Amino acid sequence: MAASGFFRYSSPASFYPLAGRLVPVFGWIAAILTVAGLYIGFVVAPTDFQQGESYRIIFMHVPAAWMAMFVYLVIAGWSAASLVWNTRLSAMMAQALVPTGAMFAFVSLWSGAFWGRPTWGTYWVWDARLTSTLILLFLYLGLMALRSAIEDQRRADRACAVLALVGSVNVPIIYFSVQWWNTLHQGASVSLTAAPKMAETMLAGMLVMSLAAWAYTIAVALHRVRSIILEREAHARWTQELVR
Amino acid sequence: MTAGAAIRWGLRRDLALAMRSRAEIAIVLVFFLLVTSLFPLGLDPDPALLAKIAPGIAWVAALLASLLGLPRLFAADHADGSLEQLALAAAPLPALVTGKVLAHWVATSLPLILLAPLAGIQFGLEPRLIGILIATLLLGTPVLAWLGAIGAALTLGARGGAALLALLVLPLAVPVLVFGAGAVESTRAGLGAQAHLSLLGAGAILSTVFGPFVTALAVRISFE
Repeated sequence: MAASGFFRYSSPASFYPLAGRLVPVFGWIAAILTVAGLYIGFVVAPTDFQQGESYRIIFMHVPAAWMAMFVYLVIAGWSAASLVWNTRLSAMMAQALVPTGAMFAFVSLWSGAFWGRPTWGTYWVWDARLTSTLILLFLYLGLMALRSAIEDQRRADRACAVLALVGSVNVPIIYFSVQWWNTLHQGASVSLTAAPKMAETMLAGMLVMSLAAWAYTIAVALHRVRSIILEREAHARWTQELVR
Repeated sequence: MTAGAAIRWGLRRDLALAMRSRAEIAIVLVFFLLVTSLFPLGLDPDPALLAKIAPGIAWVAALLASLLGLPRLFAADHADGSLEQLALAAAPLPALVTGKVLAHWVATSLPLILLAPLAGIQFGLEPRLIGILIATLLLGTPVLAWLGAIGAALTLGARGGAALLALLVLPLAVPVLVFGAGAVESTRAGLGAQAHLSLLGAGAILSTVFGPFVTALAVRISFE
């Protein structure tokens, strides 16, 4: 089969150098956007008249929470691709994204706790969004645990892909079930259909930080996938020539 | 072999195996009652409190008890090679797996559901609430059985054993717990349990439709 166009890069050997070129690009985008977003967030944006300065944690918290959910979807997408086309690289991408998703879920819980203390008066409440993010973190940890528990890499790929897909069907159900169960968290302040209920600079800072989180995720995942490729293709001639 | 015959065959075989190791089933039941009995000891024997937390405790105990039996489902067949023979057989694997999971449900969940009223009485739950609790268990345990079957098949031959299985299955089972315990709570509050029961029923149907294929895929993956 002639490898052409986009699918040429589904081979680890041709993707490895491409990823190597993309990592610094996205890394710098992430760094610049983070500096800009934090500047807007901490210097330009006004103090909230109700929450005071503590609201500024949203510039970390909201992008992290968004990314935690979004990365799981991307993992499910790569998992579906790896099961359908049986491409090794798709599974490697899924594997590379898991730790980043878990990190974002953890950051959103952690930063939320420190925001909740001054605002709600408590680090933790059994609220719908907090609980569903916690369960999302457990789903990520489950993926990592299953991966490390299976010796054979190809089997681990496929088992994790099935688990990620079952989880992705379940994530919205978990979200709504927990929402129904209990909710204290304020409704979303930003939605696509209504005008945002916050100052424009605050929104700008949050969106810039979200883009930074995207760029960071891409850079880190590509960097990690390069290590995974080297590890798994250690027997191939092109990796041996590369390392030598 | 048709799918129906394969389901019946799997059901008969695994039920016969379960009947030969009745002690293992009894252990699951004792575990369920033991867990529910620990809560009053750890909390406070106040009847009002116990009646309030009873549905949640019954459901958590059922979740944990359903994990206990899961390694039985595929591990022994995997170890002696008969699972591989089933995967190679002319009969459709999803149907064979359905028979096995059905037998597993009959052997472990059904006795537990029959035992649930006892736990309900221990906690001073009203009779009509016990009825709702049983209805939620009847609708919810098939979902747990399928989630557990997928988890058990994925972890075949993996290190980590029971703890890994718990980490994979329990987060996915959260909606069942929420709707199951919520149904009893909302009946007590006078809101009726119809919405909860409908959702549990939807979950039971969905998991019974897709569960066999996902589980069969997971079983096949374990032989790669």
